[in-house]
Amino acid sequence: MREKSKLILLVILAAASIAGYLFIELGPNWDYALPRRAEKIAAIVLTGSVIAIATLLFQTVTNNRILTPSIIGLDSLYMLVQTTLVFFLGSTSLTVMNKQVNFAISVGFMVLFALVLYRLLFRREGQNIYFLLLLGLIFGTFFGSFTSFMQVLIDPNEFQIIQDRMFASFNNIQTEVFMMAIALTGATLLYLMKFVKYLDVLSLGKDTAINLGVDYDYTVKRLLVIIAILISVATALVGPITFLGLLVVNVAYEMFKTYKHSTLIFASALVSVVALAGGQMLVEHVFTFSTQLSVIINFIGGIYFIYLLLKESKK
Amino acid sequence: MVEVHSVSKSYGLKAVVDDVSVNIEKGKITSFIGPNGAGKSTLLSIISRLMSADSGEVLIDGQKVKETKSRDLAKKIAILKQSNHLSLRLSVRDLVSFGRFPYSQGKLTKEDHVYIDEAIRYMELEDMQDKYLDQLSGGQKQRAFIAMTIAQDTEYILLDEPLNNLDMKHSVQIMKVLRRLADELGKTVLIVIHDINFASVYSDYIVALKDGKIEAQGTVNEIITSLTLKQIYGMDMSIQEINNQKICVYFS
Repeated sequence: MREKSKLILLVILAAASIAGYLFIELGPNWDYALPRRAEKIAAIVLTGSVIAIATLLFQTVTNNRILTPSIIGLDSLYMLVQTTLVFFLGSTSLTVMNKQVNFAISVGFMVLFALVLYRLLFRREGQNIYFLLLLGLIFGTFFGSFTSFMQVLIDPNEFQIIQDRMFASFNNIQTEVFMMAIALTGATLLYLMKFVKYLDVLSLGKDTAINLGVDYDYTVKRLLVIIAILISVATALVGPITFLGLLVVNVAYEMFKTYKHSTLIFASALVSVVALAGGQMLVEHVFTFSTQLSVIINFIGGIYFIYLLLKESKK
Repeated sequence: MVEVHSVSKSYGLKAVVDDVSVNIEKGKITSFIGPNGAGKSTLLSIISRLMSADSGEVLIDGQKVKETKSRDLAKKIAILKQSNHLSLRLSVRDLVSFGRFPYSQGKLTKEDHVYIDEAIRYMELEDMQDKYLDQLSGGQKQRAFIAMTIAQDTEYILLDEPLNNLDMKHSVQIMKVLRRLADELGKTVLIVIHDINFASVYSDYIVALKDGKIEAQGTVNEIITSLTLKQIYGMDMSIQEINNQKICVYFS
């Protein structure tokens, strides 16, 4: 039962980093600070788990451990939506507009885009999943170019407002939409439970999965929609942060050396919470807000990514 | 019985399988032979629902494959494709256990473990059942995958080039196991195979494909003749009888 003890260790670590974040340098005005910190840490736990699970699912569906769902262009679409809003309605729309409406629009567009993409893919039978990735990559680049096009046209002051949205940050979490995010995530994860038993089989590849009686197209389509919703929620909550997923899922794989998704789902979510809560603690107490968490994550994640590529190429 | 009724499949304009009809006998080993690109693997994939045909239909025991639930089919027919590269950290026993998925949906029962043990014993993998797949040689890995299909306990077992990359010893070992599966357990085995001497010695029936069409089909004695093989492969072969087995000598 080494797996169990490792999981327990992770739970303790996660709890410790959450507690550390909540109580370090709390100061005398704790009745003011604590609820604010609690709100933030709740968002961190939610985003962290959601990104980790979505990435794990995505890697299983694509049978590839160096991919993240950002490859299908959801992040770029989020930026496009935000930029378009500012472009047509002015920066006040972002600050003035009801946050819930903005959240609903962003998530709505991202899920809609994913659905259209999958429609294209599954309309013809026997389409390769890499075709989806290629399409997503092209759309992502297109969205990105279109976004920069609009950004150079708008007033520099307005651009500054958008720039805040371009990097994931836990310092301006959209707490107003937090309840909506929890409800949406909860419902999606409940739906995911139905498919958990197929995940191990899917990781053996398409042919073997079909051979073992998995309704491949049906299952993969639903998993992809689940991934799109989870990514959209996380992105709309804190900004583009999918790189984190690559990092934590691979750490979970290395730690547990198992193929069982029932373990991996919890493991990667916990690693993610430890990384985010611990990282945010560093940002606030060590760097005293002089940097953003996403910068640290991208730095460490980038190094790890290169390490993975080198390791894979040696095989 | 597997019945294939005028099945066609094309990629773009090229017809890979062209109006093929064939019946496969139960409890026998049927080998599909033919030159590269003849459509053997595609036909096997269509029979096992990995691909769908453009036209025509496949019936297994009178039931249309297209209209049967995937999970029910998984208890009737097992397919193993060539090149099974996995980057998962999986032990041999884990892999074989996956064969029970159609029955237990991931929660193994006592009965499942009996089947798993038996499959491992059948492929003589007892010593290495706790080894991880990435520690095994190509032949051992191939045997582990075949053990998975045996654990699936299906009446029909379809193997796409099971001897690929195997040395003679392991090739013979695998063919002998297939022979036992047919003779002792009454399984129906369909294999795509390139070495016609293995096809000649170990199978009951041979179906020869060429350019997506059936060129010849029948018992081993009917197909392994200089004339028929010349039609199929377009080269001269002399057939020698050694120990009552027909051996083709094609090194000219």
